[in-house]
Amino acid sequence: MLATASQRILGQSFQNIRPAVSVLRSYSSAAKQITVRDALNSALDEEMSADPKVFLMGEEVGEYQGAYKITKGLLEKYGPERVLDTPITEAGFTGIGVGAAYYGLKPVVEFMTFNFSMQAIDHIINSAAKSNYMSAGQISVPIVFRGPNGAAAGVGAQHSQCYASWYASCPGLKVLSPYNSEDARGLLKAAIRDPDPVVFLENELLYGESFPVSDEVLDSSFCLPIGKAKIEREGKDVTITAFSKMVGYALKAAEILEKDGIYAEVINLRSIRPLDRSTINASVRKTNRLITVEEGFPQHGVGAEICASVVEESFAYLDAPVERIAGADVPMPYAANLERLAVPQIEDIIRAAKRACYRSVPLAATA
Amino acid sequence: MPTLLSAWFNSHQPNLHPPSFYSLSLFRSSHPPPSPNPTLAMALSRFASSSRSGSLLKPLSSAISLRRPISTDTTPITLETSVPFTAHQCEAPSRTVQTSANELLTFFRDMALMRRMEIAADSLYKAKLIRGFCHLYDGQEAVAVGMEAALTKKDCIITAYRDHCTFMARGGTLLEVFAELMGRQAGCSRGKGGSMHFYKKDSNFYGGHGIVGAQVPLGCGLAFAQKYSKDEAVTFALYGDGAANQGQLFEALNISALWDLPAILVCENNHYGMGTAEWRAAKSPAYYKRGDYAPGLKVDGMDVLAVKQACTFAKEHALKNGPIILEMDTYRYHGHSMSDPGSTYRTRDEITGVRQERDPIERIRKLILSHDLATEKELKDIEKEVRKEVDDAIAQAKENPVPESSELFTNVYAKGLGVESFGADRKEVRATLP
Repeated sequence: MLATASQRILGQSFQNIRPAVSVLRSYSSAAKQITVRDALNSALDEEMSADPKVFLMGEEVGEYQGAYKITKGLLEKYGPERVLDTPITEAGFTGIGVGAAYYGLKPVVEFMTFNFSMQAIDHIINSAAKSNYMSAGQISVPIVFRGPNGAAAGVGAQHSQCYASWYASCPGLKVLSPYNSEDARGLLKAAIRDPDPVVFLENELLYGESFPVSDEVLDSSFCLPIGKAKIEREGKDVTITAFSKMVGYALKAAEILEKDGIYAEVINLRSIRPLDRSTINASVRKTNRLITVEEGFPQHGVGAEICASVVEESFAYLDAPVERIAGADVPMPYAANLERLAVPQIEDIIRAAKRACYRSVPLAATA
Repeated sequence: MPTLLSAWFNSHQPNLHPPSFYSLSLFRSSHPPPSPNPTLAMALSRFASSSRSGSLLKPLSSAISLRRPISTDTTPITLETSVPFTAHQCEAPSRTVQTSANELLTFFRDMALMRRMEIAADSLYKAKLIRGFCHLYDGQEAVAVGMEAALTKKDCIITAYRDHCTFMARGGTLLEVFAELMGRQAGCSRGKGGSMHFYKKDSNFYGGHGIVGAQVPLGCGLAFAQKYSKDEAVTFALYGDGAANQGQLFEALNISALWDLPAILVCENNHYGMGTAEWRAAKSPAYYKRGDYAPGLKVDGMDVLAVKQACTFAKEHALKNGPIILEMDTYRYHGHSMSDPGSTYRTRDEITGVRQERDPIERIRKLILSHDLATEKELKDIEKEVRKEVDDAIAQAKENPVPESSELFTNVYAKGLGVESFGADRKEVRATLP
C-alpha cells in the first residue's frame, strides 16, 4: 500500500512530496522505494523544470507517454514545444538534436532501443562526439542520447545488442549506465547538466524494479559524479565489476559465494566512459582477483578494457588470470532455452569467481 | 587636396588616368556619408592588413598606398538577373534587383579575394604545405557572397567540406584560413580541424563537415533551436548535388516541414558529385523540386545578384512558412578535391566554356564597367591588392608555429572531469583532461 502511494505521489511535482515523505517515514522504518522508471521520469521532470533549454525528442515520447512510459506526463506538463514526437527517422532527428545542441539547447534524444541508434551513429560519433575537438572548443554539444540497451526478453537478434563498448571506445563521448533508481536519477541528472555528449544506456528489464532511495536521492539537486564507480558490496577475496542489470546478478552471486566463504567485492561501474580505473585497480590490489561481467558481446568488450587496464596498472597484484563473463559470441537467439545460454547467468559469475579463487566446481555439478 | 594627389601620384605608376578624373573619384570618396556602411567597412577593413582608421585621409601615405578609393555610392541601381527564377510550389521572386555601386564593388572585391585564396591554396597543396583533403570553391564564389549579403550574423550557415569561402564570407580572416590549412596555431580551429572543419560560432557559422549530407539535419537542428529560442532568424544548410540524394536530408526536411522550422536547404549544384555527373546519380536532377511538398527555387548560382535575391526571398519565406529549397546552378573549376584532376569525367572545353560564359567575377566586372562604376584599371588594382593580401597572409601563416604537443589532449571534452587520456604508448604519454 505504501508502495502504490509513493508511485502516485511521484506522478505529481516533487515540490509536494516533502510532507508526504515525512508522513510515510513516520509510519515505516524502511527507506522509500521507487522504480527505475519513476526515477528516470522524475529526473527528466526536474531537469526540464530547472532549465528551459532542456527538451525531449524521440519516437512516442509525447502523446504515447513513452514507449516504456519513461516520459509519462511530461508532454502534459511542458507542452509540445518541449516534448517532441518524431517520425521513425533516427538519422534525421538525431542530426536535428545535435544541431540544436550546437546552437546551445540541451536536447535529450530517446532511442526506442539503442539498436536503432545505429541508424544515427554517424551523428553521435562524427557530429556530436568529435565537434568540440575539431573546432578547438568553439562547438560544444550538450546532448544526451538515452534509451534501453542490451537484451530484453525474447526480442531476438536485432533488438538485443549491447552498445556499451562501441560508444565507450570513442573519445569525446561520455557513456553512463545506471543500475538502480539512485543511479538512474543521479546519473541522468548529471548527464543532462553535462556540457558534453552523453550516451545513457538504460535497461528495459530494470524499468519496473523498485529500489530504496534516501531523501538525499529524491532531492531535486541530487546528482552523481560522472566517472566514478560505486562499490555496492565490499569484499576481500575477489572483485566483480558489472554495470546495469548485471550488477544485480553480481550481487546475488556475491551472496551465494559468501556461503562458500568467498567474499566478493562488487563494483557497479556506473560510468563506462570515463572508466573509473582507480576504483577498479584499488579493489583488485586488495582482492588480487578479478571477474568482469557484461551482457554484451565478449570480443573487444568492456571487460577486455578493464582486464587490460588491470594488467597494465596492477599486474603484480593479480593472483589469478582475469576472468570475463559476457554474452555469448553469437547473435541473440529467440528460443528461451537458447536465449538463456546466450546471456550471463548468476551461476556463470559464481563459477568464474571460484575459478579465480582456485576453487572450481566440476561442470557436471552446475548443470 | 593637391598634397593628397601628389602623394598618391608619387607612390604609383606614371601611366595613370588623367588627374581630373582621379580628383573626381577622390573627391567622391573623401566625402563619404558619415553613417556606417557595414559592407563598405568590411571592404575597407580588408585593404590594410595592419591597423585601419575610420577616415581615408590618415595616416596619409600608408592610406593611399594601401587603399584604393572605392565607390561608396549607395544610390540604387536597378538591374535584372541573368535568367528568371524557376519556382516549385511557390511564386518566384522578381528578377529585378536593386543594388548599388558600393555593393557591386564589394561583391567584386570579396569574390576576387576568395578566388585568389583558393588558387593560392592549390599551390600550397602542391607544395605539400597543405595535407589531406582540400576541396576548393573557385567558381562558386557568387553563392557564398550573395548569400551573405542577404543575411545577418544572427542567421546561421552550415555547409559541408568545401567551406573556405563560406568561412571568409562569415567574417573569417585569411590568416585563420591559411594557418588552419597548414595546421598551425593561428588557424580557426587551432590546427586541430583542417580544411574540412572551419567554424566561426560568433558569426553563427557551424562548419565545416566531412560526412556528406550530415550537415543538413544539423542545419535543421539549428533552425529548430532558433525557433525554440524565438530568435526570428533562419538557418541556411548548404549541400551539393551529390548529397542531395542522401536519405537523412529527406528525413530532416520532413521534420522541418512538420514542425515549420525556419530552414533553407541550399543545393549548390555544381553538377558533379565527386566524379559522378548528376545525371548518373539522380533520377531527378531537378533538385529544387525534390522537396515535393516543400517549395523550391532554381537560381543561377553564378549570378551574385540572383543569389542575393533568392536568399532574401527564402529567408522571408522560411520565417513565415517553414522550409524551402534553393538550387544554385553553379560550377567548380577545380576537381572535387586536390587529388582529383577534375578532367577525367568532364571535358576541358566544358570548364573553359563556363569560365568564359558564366564566371561570377567576370560578370560583375562587366556590370561595373558597363555602368561606369569603376575603370578597368581600378578593378585590376583591386585584384592586385587582393593578391597581395593573400600573399601576406600566407607568409604570416608560414611563420606561425604548429600546435604544442599538449594540444593533442585539449578540447576532447568541454568538461574533462580530470580523467586520464593516453598517447600511443600509454606508459609513456598520459594527460589529465581538464
